[in-house]
Amino acid sequence: MTSATGSGPRIGVITFPGTLDDVDAARAVRFAGAEPVPLWHADADLRGVDAVVVPGGFSYGDYLRAGAIAAQAPVMRAVVEAARRGLPVLGICNGFQILCEAGLLPGALIRNASLRFICRDQWLRVENPSTTWTSRFEPGAEILIPMKNAEGCFVAAEPVLDELEGEGRVLFRYIGDGPAQGNPNGAMRDIAGICSPDGRIAGLMPHPEHAIDPLTGPTDDGLGLFFSVLDLLGAAAKVGA
Amino acid sequence: MARVAVDVVIKPEILDPQGKAILAALARTGHPGVSSVRQGKHFDLEVDDSVSDDDLEEIAGGLLANPVIESWTVTRVDPPAPQPEPAAAEAAL
Repeated sequence: MTSATGSGPRIGVITFPGTLDDVDAARAVRFAGAEPVPLWHADADLRGVDAVVVPGGFSYGDYLRAGAIAAQAPVMRAVVEAARRGLPVLGICNGFQILCEAGLLPGALIRNASLRFICRDQWLRVENPSTTWTSRFEPGAEILIPMKNAEGCFVAAEPVLDELEGEGRVLFRYIGDGPAQGNPNGAMRDIAGICSPDGRIAGLMPHPEHAIDPLTGPTDDGLGLFFSVLDLLGAAAKVGA
Repeated sequence: MARVAVDVVIKPEILDPQGKAILAALARTGHPGVSSVRQGKHFDLEVDDSVSDDDLEEIAGGLLANPVIESWTVTRVDPPAPQPEPAAAEAAL
């Protein structure tokens, strides 16, 4: 693997107090062939990046609601502004919660129906392989990536759910049979991930950045999201993963 | 300065697994007559006179509660003492 430092697309990875997965997210960005750029919660400066990943963890200790405080952080004000102008943004786990709290994605994530923190490798179906963050997947692709959260139950009003389905904005759905698979948390319509109307803002609860290398994850299925955005940014990764 | 209470509850149509767990515990601890528990949040704010009712709605709906899943009530617990009418003040003397 080669580093893409100094060339190619630059993808920002935000760190809030309590963020856990910024290092893995940066590693996934590098693995896919882009340059990860650290972004700090207290700086409203996006450092000219071409896309942003809002990684997982427990920003601000999940105080108030998961993602609620982070959504008001200076860096998120800048992300919201840039996202509304078309900057690609991916929220993973706590990052998804933050994007919902910031109003960039509809709905909310609430406590898992089981009340348990769930940590397992999860099967998902890619429901729309023609968006910014999913274009590298085959139609109907089934992927296996880790999931680990206590507040992963996606909820939204019925008309919002219908709109998401009708516009192809449900990106990932929980699938699989057996006690350890299927819908893990009571998420409405088995939704694991969604996107904005133009597909450039996406969020999902499971962790693609933990599944980029069979050495450290169940699969390398998660790389597809990062390759997808790099395709859009005009630099298809040449790095063999 | 005034004290303001903001109470936040999960909307009726949203699943409240914590409330359900509390309900089950109440049944086990000898209170089978309780038929529903919904867990919410209570905030006590101290605000100065520059904070209007509209500001309080913005504070409650914009940060303290998430309108997608929660509803809220804002109550001024300790409203600022009304300025006595001059005539009334004189009458009281």
